[in-house]
Amino acid sequence: MFRNNYDNDSVTFSPQGRIFQVEYASEAVKQGSVVVGIVSKTHAVLVALKRNAEELSSYQKKIIAIDEHLGLSLAGLASDARVLSNFMKQQSLSSRLTYGRAIPLSRLVNSIGDRAQTNTQHYGKRPYGVGLLVAGVDETGPHLFEFQPSGMTQEMVACAIGARSQMARTYLERNLEKFVDCGREELVVHGLKALKESLAQDKELTVENCSVGVVGIRGEGMKAIEGFKLFDGQNVKQWVDMVAEGTEEAAEEESMEVDS
Amino acid sequence: MNHLPQAWGRPRDDVYGAYDSSYLQNGGPTQHTQRPIVTGTSVVALKFKDGVVIAADNLASYGSLARFTDVKRLRKFAETSVVGFGGDVSDMQYLDRLLNSLDIQEAYGSSGHTLNAQNLHTYLSKVLYKRRSDFNPLWNQLLVAGLDGESKPFLAAADLLGTTFSSPSLATGYGAHLAQPLLRNVAPDEEAASKLSLEQALEAVKESMKVLFYRDARSMDKYSIAVITKDGIDLKENEQLEKQSWAFADQIRGYGTQVN
Repeated sequence: MFRNNYDNDSVTFSPQGRIFQVEYASEAVKQGSVVVGIVSKTHAVLVALKRNAEELSSYQKKIIAIDEHLGLSLAGLASDARVLSNFMKQQSLSSRLTYGRAIPLSRLVNSIGDRAQTNTQHYGKRPYGVGLLVAGVDETGPHLFEFQPSGMTQEMVACAIGARSQMARTYLERNLEKFVDCGREELVVHGLKALKESLAQDKELTVENCSVGVVGIRGEGMKAIEGFKLFDGQNVKQWVDMVAEGTEEAAEEESMEVDS
Repeated sequence: MNHLPQAWGRPRDDVYGAYDSSYLQNGGPTQHTQRPIVTGTSVVALKFKDGVVIAADNLASYGSLARFTDVKRLRKFAETSVVGFGGDVSDMQYLDRLLNSLDIQEAYGSSGHTLNAQNLHTYLSKVLYKRRSDFNPLWNQLLVAGLDGESKPFLAAADLLGTTFSSPSLATGYGAHLAQPLLRNVAPDEEAASKLSLEQALEAVKESMKVLFYRDARSMDKYSIAVITKDGIDLKENEQLEKQSWAFADQIRGYGTQVN
């Protein structure tokens, strides 16, 4: 872990032009369990894999509702995510109070991006050790944003962050074209399938370790939105069962293809 | 030697001359607005099926003196809304600058998001209420005209106390007494307003402006009128009252310059 002398603070560049503290913060994101986000023309979904610290403990909270029209999922330090999500809740509320308007997603994500960036430029501060996927709807439709500890934010069609997320990303890349026209249910199933791809060998998707967040639009404008809803436990059974069946079929199909 | 403690550490008067205290803030209490000084009179507005018509004359009075005869009291916001200002003109100019900076701020960041008339009205009412709570009110009555989040005609008022009000027809100042009943004849409720054509609405508003000119001693025959629809704002700032008839005037004792 002791790479060199340039990793003690986030204000000093290494001679190679890198800021190691920021890179270490990105490593913290990779320690967190995987979360997946996908967006279609009408919906944005977040799907997360929860871990429990021990057999006797409860599972983590991976998805947080921010406002009626948006929510986020996190990978990395949960306590840093709480600081950021509280800030986002405040921003959303103040927009509703002063303008009577649901805050545009890009603006909210930019504001946490700016906050995270200042942490990488001041002595004595540390970057946030958490990556976020922010999903929601505004006047311009459904959106999905990725947030990194470096302060980088970008809009995504589909995204996965966290431990072993590369496998999920590969699934998303393979199915990229399908997402645009997906309905709500299909989108959740795609998310769970991506999540399943990144599972360790002996692990399975269960109602205990899955969280799903869904938000969408019903028609034109902000009046007809399907507010952000978080599904946990027995409420995700419908989808978890579908994916469990789906893989068996898919496996059969694959083996049949190989045979022929 | 000066033994007064307040002189210690200061340049000695007998060496450097008396201290020029004009650089310091000259004391006196903080002053708040007690009454409006240069004022604009009524603003009238009426909803119709596709939008809103709003009008105000171009006069700014100094007491009873018609001091400025070319003051535009209808201000556009973001090419989607119009704010009509009654009351103090300097406070109107302050609010105008505030709205311009808000417009720039909104247009600067994310594209595709604008504040509609409803958002603008909420914002202005908060500004006015904040100022009245500081015991330093912005001495204005405002009408905000435009379209709401569902692109339906929107018309609402806000005043120096932060009171808000909404109706198919609205008028401030003297207009609330003289023009409002005339407009209510044309549009007694939302349903009636939603059946009005642009021509009918224009005629009703112009007629109200004429009556106001006849009977309001702080008014003028040059006025601004704006029509806000989905297609944008049609703002004319130099209209002349037409078809005036003063035949009624000489029948009325005490009207105009005659005294007895």
